[in-house]
Amino acid sequence: MKILVPVKRVVDFNVKVRVKADGTGVDLANVKMAMNPFDEIAVEEAVRLREGGLASEVIAVSCGVTAAQDTLRTAMAVGADRAVLVETDAELQPLAVAKLLRAVAEREGVQLVVLGKQAIDDDANQTGQMLSALLGWPQATFASKVVVGDNKVTVTREIDGGLETIELSLPAVVTVDLRLNEPRFASLPNIMKAKKKPLDTLKAEELGVDVAPRLKTLSVAEPPKRAGGVILANVAELVSRLRDEAKVI
Amino acid sequence: MSILVIAEHDNQHIKSATLNAVTAAKQIGGDIDIVVLGGDCAAAAAEAAKIDGVARVRVIDAAHYKDQLAENAAIILAQMAGTYTHVLVAATAFGKNLGPRVAALLDVAQVSDIVAVKSPDTFVRPIYAGNALATVQSSDPVKLVTVRTAAFDAAPTGGGSAVVENAPQGPDLGVSKLVSRELAVSARPELGNARVVVSGGRALGSADAFHAVVEPLADKLGAAIGASRAAVDAGYVPNDAQVGQTGKAVAPELYIAIGISGAIQHLAGMTESKVIVAINKDPDAPIFQVANYGLVGDLFELVPQLTASL
Repeated sequence: MKILVPVKRVVDFNVKVRVKADGTGVDLANVKMAMNPFDEIAVEEAVRLREGGLASEVIAVSCGVTAAQDTLRTAMAVGADRAVLVETDAELQPLAVAKLLRAVAEREGVQLVVLGKQAIDDDANQTGQMLSALLGWPQATFASKVVVGDNKVTVTREIDGGLETIELSLPAVVTVDLRLNEPRFASLPNIMKAKKKPLDTLKAEELGVDVAPRLKTLSVAEPPKRAGGVILANVAELVSRLRDEAKVI
Repeated sequence: MSILVIAEHDNQHIKSATLNAVTAAKQIGGDIDIVVLGGDCAAAAAEAAKIDGVARVRVIDAAHYKDQLAENAAIILAQMAGTYTHVLVAATAFGKNLGPRVAALLDVAQVSDIVAVKSPDTFVRPIYAGNALATVQSSDPVKLVTVRTAAFDAAPTGGGSAVVENAPQGPDLGVSKLVSRELAVSARPELGNARVVVSGGRALGSADAFHAVVEPLADKLGAAIGASRAAVDAGYVPNDAQVGQTGKAVAPELYIAIGISGAIQHLAGMTESKVIVAINKDPDAPIFQVANYGLVGDLFELVPQLTASL
């Protein structure tokens, strides 16, 4: 069984982004970029499945600019066998990414797609579900446990109020949540080895997908700032403020 | 304009998140229908009919919808959605799972997790963990929107008298099935719409300490319990208590953060709260920059004192 792991190059999760003064977006010049943290968990899970003998090959894929090659090398340094870059400079929205990924999944003949539940830049939480719909495959979102069986996958999902376990027939799409696993760090020898692993580049146009954005961003603004508060001396003062000033208790 | 709101329910009762989505629908304007898709869900449909401002309740009732798994649900909802200008669902685990699948089947974009309606085609949504707010316009014929519940009041219920009618069923694809659900039973209010939230962080140090320190205060205040990612990862509380970018976004009247430093991913889920109280031993913790009231000191002394004085 081949597993496809889509990975996204995003602003590093430690960076506090700034909105551009002209309100057209956030300032990404000279900002540290990294693999979307949820996708790191997805790569780890796929690699563990291969190490456990449940998968034959792990293929990482990314859609976007040339620099996304770095993200793919990172995926290969933690164990992906090879990588595919769907290269485009166009603005890609989740529906377009899902269409590109469908084309790659079909070309590669994969049985399972594992990806992060959301990207920490646009916070859309859409791509996996859309890909699953386009492929006509079942989906398991927000996975905290994945068990691959005979022609099926059993997934425990994080839902409101607790956990839910569902069984899907393969092929299927799984989106991963934070508590699925602890991704490993890439060792230096593995980073060196990853440089020699195959990385194929396709142009988005070759896949025959219309990637035109459906949503137009009219403006991007800073959220309203909260006024600074006060540090109080003791609990009694807190109680009186909450009662008499804020009137919330 | 005609709007279809996808109800979240357990076949018996409508979940309150649905009411927040109805309020967003009212702000868009136009006729509002609710679809209740389930198995033996007549009770939930009857409840939906009482929500103020709803014209019709459309019921898709069949055994293969009982567990409301996305595959069977999306295919029939996409078919129904085609005649509407908007489809709305709350941005809960249910809505996040289902919405994009319906959108892709309709070949339309989804506008995720909106916090404001600017016009029928223009919405505001947080990006980058809430560090920026994007105003986006959709040109799709059907606008599929998920609604951040904390950003819209619950629509009043009880006064409505919508028509309840059956709608056609779709196929049972047979590709997914529910094995089990482990849902926590709690007498506390739901985190998503509680008036008061008491949240604990890593500084509590253990699950026992979390229960011993946070719970009595929450009991006194009739509050829901939340947590930082660190506290959830450490196993102090179940995953669905997580407040933040990838957990729940809450906006209670009072949010008390105990032993939470205030990583941007946590702040993303709670800075819309009306009044924020932070209790932390580190005076430089970022949580104090968003708190109205702060107490610097040992939470194991301060929180029991607070509990005792309420």
